[in-house]
Amino acid sequence: MQGGAQHLAYRGRTASIGFAHGPFVRVDADTGGERVAGSLVEEALALRKAIDTASGQIAELAAIAGGEAAQILEFQVALLEDEDFIEEIFAAIGEGDAADVAWRSALDAQIADYNSAEDEYLKARSSDLADLRDRVIMILRGGGGQAVRIPGGAVVCADDLPPSRFLEIDWSGGGGLALLRGSPTSHVAMLARARGIPMVVQLGAVPELGATALLDGEGATLELDPNSEQLRLFEKRREIHRKSRASARAILRRPTALWRGERIKLFINIQHVDDLAHADGQYADGIGLMRTEFLLTERDGLPDEEAQFAAYDAVLRWAGQRPVTIRTFDAGGDKPVPGFTLDGEANPFLGIRGLRLCLARPEIFAVQLRALARAAVRGNLKVMFPMVTSADELEAGRKLFADIVQRLQADGIAAMLPELGIMVEVPAAALAVSSFKASFFSIGSNDLAQYVLACDRSNGALAPLMDPLHPAVLELIARTAEHGRRAGISVSLCGDMASDPRCLPALLNCGLRELSVTTSALAQIKQTIDRLGSGGGLG
Amino acid sequence: MLDKADGQIFSGNVRLIHAVGMHARPAVKLTKLAKKFEAQISVRVEGAAEWINAKSVAKIMAMRAAHGSTIEIKASGGSDAEAAVAALVKLIETDFPDEVS
Repeated sequence: MQGGAQHLAYRGRTASIGFAHGPFVRVDADTGGERVAGSLVEEALALRKAIDTASGQIAELAAIAGGEAAQILEFQVALLEDEDFIEEIFAAIGEGDAADVAWRSALDAQIADYNSAEDEYLKARSSDLADLRDRVIMILRGGGGQAVRIPGGAVVCADDLPPSRFLEIDWSGGGGLALLRGSPTSHVAMLARARGIPMVVQLGAVPELGATALLDGEGATLELDPNSEQLRLFEKRREIHRKSRASARAILRRPTALWRGERIKLFINIQHVDDLAHADGQYADGIGLMRTEFLLTERDGLPDEEAQFAAYDAVLRWAGQRPVTIRTFDAGGDKPVPGFTLDGEANPFLGIRGLRLCLARPEIFAVQLRALARAAVRGNLKVMFPMVTSADELEAGRKLFADIVQRLQADGIAAMLPELGIMVEVPAAALAVSSFKASFFSIGSNDLAQYVLACDRSNGALAPLMDPLHPAVLELIARTAEHGRRAGISVSLCGDMASDPRCLPALLNCGLRELSVTTSALAQIKQTIDRLGSGGGLG
Repeated sequence: MLDKADGQIFSGNVRLIHAVGMHARPAVKLTKLAKKFEAQISVRVEGAAEWINAKSVAKIMAMRAAHGSTIEIKASGGSDAEAAVAALVKLIETDFPDEVS
């Protein structure tokens, strides 16, 4: 065995979890070297051309990468299209600067400005600017902006890595990213997490040389030219990680979640039709909450019936036989919608919001109810009203809905009245739950906790008091579940509590057997129920 | 929310509710929307000395508008100054939603 620096481990901060064992590759950007400047006109033309080429390259990368990566690259494109910003650079060229010098000094000034910011998020953006700076300079020097060839599965090490360089590397064979600086909140870290590439940042000084490397995204360590003992321990950690992930995935694929022999139905919450793209969604028992507020943020006013129908229909088609619970517009409170919600309420959380607002604005509500009535014939649709206080409100909503169905049918349009339920989020509704003639109840634990605990949930100073496991909140959840059990009415919970494994024992003990969670939490929640069910962790 | 000032200047105020303030993604959305209008549009953090061109992403970022700050918007010229203010107010007020596809 050799001693010395060779087998040392370097510790940084985790940016993306996972493990990589592969060749060690340094990719520090080289933007040194000389370029011969031309006349003022030639320089201006050269920069204009380089900017156009860079725009094209970035657009191409964005198209291939899609999703979040595309949004990240959009900032670079926006900067290239910023006339104020670009004009200043052309002005510098007009005064005699070479194209690359003018470009670099403008970008460096911006980068320095971002780096001097207090805010870590803004600091992290400076690597996007460095990315853009180097790309344009490389083009000006006649290089095509091509990346160094990196072997598959490599542990790539750089000072910092810009997002576009990350996207140019072929990660299909695995690999990992070790940055000497960098930040867990950078765009490249988001990309690494989205791709499942392990990434460690802020490693400080790491030797230039090394043949192979071990990168542990969980322990945030980089080990160069490891000895057999280091390798053995690394493989052991990797195996533990792999097993725990694999078991969550395997449990996800099982048809049902079981707790003490009882079936626990797990639904997903979606905010948008696009949320159904998440692969784990297919393992859900249905959609427990589809929010519809996204329809209200369309640029040209409130959405028409066809746009709404198309969205509801798309979700029902995705779900097939499975139930889909769509919540009618829940605007107001902390969700103002111009042209819909009221301005100037002294206390909007206790104001005209949810169903109250819809009943006050029947002309807007009617459009949504028409679209829902038409969608109801296309699948297993349930509709719920938010922010209901008294049984009269449910009945008023039902009457409006029934009248609309009747009118549609009279006009020969296929429509039906779906099952109608309510959100239980006003304490009065939870306490008087038996007074509602609802087909189902869904507990909105975020608002319920806010109202029971008298804590504005947007006020960070109250966070310690804002405990959804407060006995008063659990008491109301248990009463609602108990009423459902006795009356044979389904009761689910769709607030943040359902997606929090720490809250699960309490929710199951309250008698809840249906939960609606965010899609990314589905595997973990199913696994937690399985663990609790097999005797662990329930006190 | 909108009040017509003298002549052809339109203005509005809106609170920035975006969790991380005026960062890359919101700044890109704001400038993209502003560029759809012919009018000259300026913004500033309430009370700031300088008005900033709403069509320049670099300048919007440099404005460093924090979460909870109030953004003042004014627009003039073109035939769409009033609509521009309304559209930008709506964008900020609704927390920079993704466009519905």
